[in-house]
Amino acid sequence: MKEILEKVKRVFPLQNIKKQRENLYFVETEKIHLVSLITNLRDINGFKHLVLLTAVDRIENGVFQLTYLLNNDELKIDLGVRVFLDRENAEMESIHHLWKQAATYQRELREMFGINFSGSPRVDKAFILEGWDGMPPYRRDFDTLKYSEETYFPRPGRSTNDPAEYMKQKMYPDE
Amino acid sequence: MSKKLFTYNHDRSLFPEKGQDGKPNIDLSSHKFMKIWHGPQHPGITGNMSLELTLQGDEVMDCETHVGYLHRGFEKLMERRKYIQCFPIVCRVAVPEPDFNEYCFASAMEELAGIQIPENAVWLRNLVLEMSRLQSYLMWIGGQAGSLGQGIIGQWSLYCRDLVLDRFEELTGGRIYHMYIIPGGVRGNLPDGFLKRMEETLQIIESFMKDIKKVMFNNAVFKKRTVEMGVIEKDWIYKYGITGPNARATGIAKDVRKDYPYLKYPDLDFEPVTSEYSDIYNRADVRRRDLLLSIDLIRQILAKIPLKGDIRAKTPNVLHWKVPSGETYSRAECTRGEYGYYLVSDGSEYPRRVNVRGPSYTHAVALLEDMIINENIADVAGLMVSLHTYPPEIER
Repeated sequence: MKEILEKVKRVFPLQNIKKQRENLYFVETEKIHLVSLITNLRDINGFKHLVLLTAVDRIENGVFQLTYLLNNDELKIDLGVRVFLDRENAEMESIHHLWKQAATYQRELREMFGINFSGSPRVDKAFILEGWDGMPPYRRDFDTLKYSEETYFPRPGRSTNDPAEYMKQKMYPDE
Repeated sequence: MSKKLFTYNHDRSLFPEKGQDGKPNIDLSSHKFMKIWHGPQHPGITGNMSLELTLQGDEVMDCETHVGYLHRGFEKLMERRKYIQCFPIVCRVAVPEPDFNEYCFASAMEELAGIQIPENAVWLRNLVLEMSRLQSYLMWIGGQAGSLGQGIIGQWSLYCRDLVLDRFEELTGGRIYHMYIIPGGVRGNLPDGFLKRMEETLQIIESFMKDIKKVMFNNAVFKKRTVEMGVIEKDWIYKYGITGPNARATGIAKDVRKDYPYLKYPDLDFEPVTSEYSDIYNRADVRRRDLLLSIDLIRQILAKIPLKGDIRAKTPNVLHWKVPSGETYSRAECTRGEYGYYLVSDGSEYPRRVNVRGPSYTHAVALLEDMIINENIADVAGLMVSLHTYPPEIER
């Protein structure tokens, strides 16, 4: 794996190479290099399988982290390619031309995080949340408690326990 | 492999021309087309999912998958809960096969926290995962037969599945959701007499599987409707991200149990089940043989399980358990293919992000939408079930 990363590093800027375990590595790259890096990994270095594409909202740094997890079937190795996008007007190039299922991931990220993948098929069409026009709900600043209080109503006669307090009473009463 | 007995060639000049994206140009105002909703209820599909089909006559011209009926926002919920509070949530992501969620979540968390679980717990986890595979296949086989008009198979296989659920109940206390694989180990040891009762259950299932093979796989109607139908080409495997029996039926021995050995699979003797041609019939046969392999693996596990020893590693106070920051991906082979959890921790008591990779996410949207074109409406249900789709894991 080190050889592949050294080889790729000569062409693309890779930062923070991290070995999580023997068969799982994570690297960071810049937004403008991402699609060509992934194409290179797929076509030249055998990372043919797109395992998943997801986002992490790093609100404290004002960025979204996109993770493209690729898998090399011959070497039995996974490589997570991470890229950071500005949270304001988050936009990323689409990779639906490389893998068909990427369009579904991108459609979900558009809906749940508000990241735009222009050119991706049906990216603006509702995927899971039909008729949703509020803030994309998987962003960290989406207040789930406020949403449920506004949307749902308490049933009369029903009491609720705070789960953390309740578990503490049951499991660690002396603490 | 015999080819289709009947072929009927439509007069293609009456059909719309294909556009640049490979799909037909559809003008609904021409009154040549009809749109119907297929679903959201389907036999053999555990959960709800709709197909918006555009038909010309009885042939599918275009298809769009609609999900969202079961969205419960689990990934978001978990960001607001401590790790131990996530544990009863994860099993609910995939209803008929909850144990793979529990295992992937627990193993990802243990990897980040640097916890080694006891030997006995590893064997028990392996046993539960194989039992889960067995009951999930039994449910699927009823759905596959039912979607093609063979109701009796579902009645037999659901009886067998209930027997496996009985074993689950005595081992874990739950029939559907087990909440057994807990971070740090498992919740309980094998009850007295479990091995004997499990062996009896396996023998009953084996005897039913012989009947199912005769009645379903040797049935002329089933063959006519499934051979050469819904073919997955070998070069689609990477293009669409296909895993599990759908991929193995093309001849590629892609099996996480063998490729990325986890738990006690390196100590078990097995070879991934493959076929040479991925049509509905062969995919069904691969799953049937995988079910029998699962029975064999359960026997191997029960012969080797230590039956004594610790079942839980020492963990910190679960209410204040801060998992060191980092990210990882944990995977397992479920009945549909590669199941995985991508877990990100920021060093706090709450997971920063949990992303579930369910195989249906790729199979039931991108793949199904493309392979269903030009099929007959009567075959849509059978084709859908032959991809072994669980909608809950698409929308989570």
